Amino acid sequence: MAHKIIPIGPYHPLQEEPEFFRLHVDGETVVDIDIEIGYNLRLIEKIAESKSYDQVTFLIERICGICSTSHPFAYTNAIDDLLGVTVPERALYIRTIIGELERIHSHLLWLGLAGHFLGYNTVWMWAWRYREPVLDICERITGNRNHYAMFKPGGVRRDMHEEDFPWIKKTLKDLIPKFDMFKGAVMDDPVIHARTKGIGVLTKQDVHDYSVVGPTARASGVDIDVRKDDPYGAYDRVEWKVITHNGGGVFAKAVVRILELYESTNIILQCLDKMPKGEIDLNIKDMPIGEGIGRHEAPRGEVFHYIMSDGGNSPARHKVRAPSFMNIASNKKAVIGHTISDATIILAAVDPCYCCTERTAVVDYKTGKKIMDGQDLVRLSQEKTEKMRRGR
Amino acid sequence: MLKNLFNFLVFPGFLFTATLGLVASWIDRKVTARVQWRVGPPWYQPFIDMVKLSIKEITIPKNSSKIMFLISPLLGLSAVILASTFIWLANIELGATGFTGDIIVVLYLLTLPAIALILGASSTGNPLASVGVSREIKLILAYELPFIIILCVPIIKSSGLLRLQDLIQYQTVNGAILSNLSGLLAFLVAIFCMQAKLGLVPFDAGEAETEIMAGTYIEYSGILLAILKLTKFMMMVALPLFLITVFWAGFSIWKYVVLLVIIVLIRNTNPRVRIDQAVRFFWGKMTALALIAVFLAILGK
Repeated sequence: MAHKIIPIGPYHPLQEEPEFFRLHVDGETVVDIDIEIGYNLRLIEKIAESKSYDQVTFLIERICGICSTSHPFAYTNAIDDLLGVTVPERALYIRTIIGELERIHSHLLWLGLAGHFLGYNTVWMWAWRYREPVLDICERITGNRNHYAMFKPGGVRRDMHEEDFPWIKKTLKDLIPKFDMFKGAVMDDPVIHARTKGIGVLTKQDVHDYSVVGPTARASGVDIDVRKDDPYGAYDRVEWKVITHNGGGVFAKAVVRILELYESTNIILQCLDKMPKGEIDLNIKDMPIGEGIGRHEAPRGEVFHYIMSDGGNSPARHKVRAPSFMNIASNKKAVIGHTISDATIILAAVDPCYCCTERTAVVDYKTGKKIMDGQDLVRLSQEKTEKMRRGR
Repeated sequence: MLKNLFNFLVFPGFLFTATLGLVASWIDRKVTARVQWRVGPPWYQPFIDMVKLSIKEITIPKNSSKIMFLISPLLGLSAVILASTFIWLANIELGATGFTGDIIVVLYLLTLPAIALILGASSTGNPLASVGVSREIKLILAYELPFIIILCVPIIKSSGLLRLQDLIQYQTVNGAILSNLSGLLAFLVAIFCMQAKLGLVPFDAGEAETEIMAGTYIEYSGILLAILKLTKFMMMVALPLFLITVFWAGFSIWKYVVLLVIIVLIRNTNPRVRIDQAVRFFWGKMTALALIAVFLAILGK
């Protein structure tokens, strides 16, 4: 029997970015889902190969507006790995603070959007209101509410001023009662329970099968967090714990994110206390030949950057893998069997961010066959690498 | 004849109720905005919205049943005009007005806008509209049952009065139905039914913007959309007014404002419920409460 198709996208009020979910529905029940991304070709990786190492940090900040520091964080980690240097202690603390501030405002943003998708616009507006103080802190530290431009290979671009610390601490501590309010609103509201509990459940096995990362995985009880598993920045110098929840559904994901707000605040406060004085930059002038990888636990999960250097001024190859790319595929598992109403909040529960997830595939429209499949791309990449090696 | 026409079209029918409805929608938007830390629109915003929509182009979907598509907004509008005229006249007319059984007619008329919306939306052939329609039908089935049951309470209490004006007179003599336990229970159920009839959060599954992009409204544009919106705003006057008439001893401004604020607060403190949850809510808890109210009324409580 032919099922009716409910399109979500490419332009849909649910999400502000172009993406396409084709829901095959039987009545209200979703029986199948096609996920299509790739509406926005930006060639970031290609452009990165034409910029100097220093400029690339500005470029990759523009991959995503929300996690605009995650990519520079992973990228600078990759550069540090390539160089084999240790970044000055103070720079590590500053990086960590910026990374955690970003996590707080990103989680608050998600919380608001989740409320909006449930038709609960009051939560939307309130969450975004309390996101403002976090952005104010970012502005005080970096000069920008977003796109901070703080990171550079071998350090950070600007220092933090000690006289700002009391104000930052006070603003953050003032936010904690607000977090309590959201915690109460989510954990005690019977209607929210009815709408989110047991909806879109991913089991531990599903998390493994789909290689889900970040809060989406942690909400299924999988204790995965790059900050803990492979410490970088100042994450091993402060006390904090990885938040997990065994529910696996939308409710669990919301709880994990709300509890992470407290952990992030905690990390920032500790960093402000422990931050040593000293240099913030190594002033790196030359890049050796080699390759490096960098990882960072972005608000949505692990973001991975690979840098290959041929000794020149700009990366010979820059590869980005963003967390949403892994998480969005898990919708296939989570959505099927639920209703259309639930589908929208399940799709949103992984905190999808399509702008970092766009990939290109060449497909023959008539036959539906991929002209270039995975094997072809691997071969192409090997040929290119070989060509570069011979060129050197 | 001329007086009747005036009653239906100007006061207290179409023009008067429409103006009140637009003002009510402004209060709704303004209070919502203040609750959400926003500024909110100026008082004339709903009026210029209507004017703007009226001069926009109407797009008629290619595969739609055109007559149905065009007629159903008018059907809903005329129903709500009739209903509001009946209710207003019962409240403000000094001499005898209405007829025995007009409470039943008004009950039907208040259901018509939703049915007209269903007809109009299903005539478009849009898959999202059809999802909206199926939800709207389920919602009507859900909320009408407790709504009809609780309307028995005032009738039982007043030992069988079926005319709106008689009910008001009965209440001015014997005190509002609301002041009894059975009346209070029935009124509580009525408030939830009213929320669902108005299609507001948490019962707005039929037009859920973030799920099915306004569902039933999706293909409407221009003046037709303006009429649908106006119908909804007029329902925002007619329904609370109906409840006040039946349960609360006749109209006064403060009673209406209290009901409007309750509507707005419910709308702003709840997420949207799924349609199956809405049906379970109305057929379960609400119907049980309504039946208890009726039994209490029979017992004279």
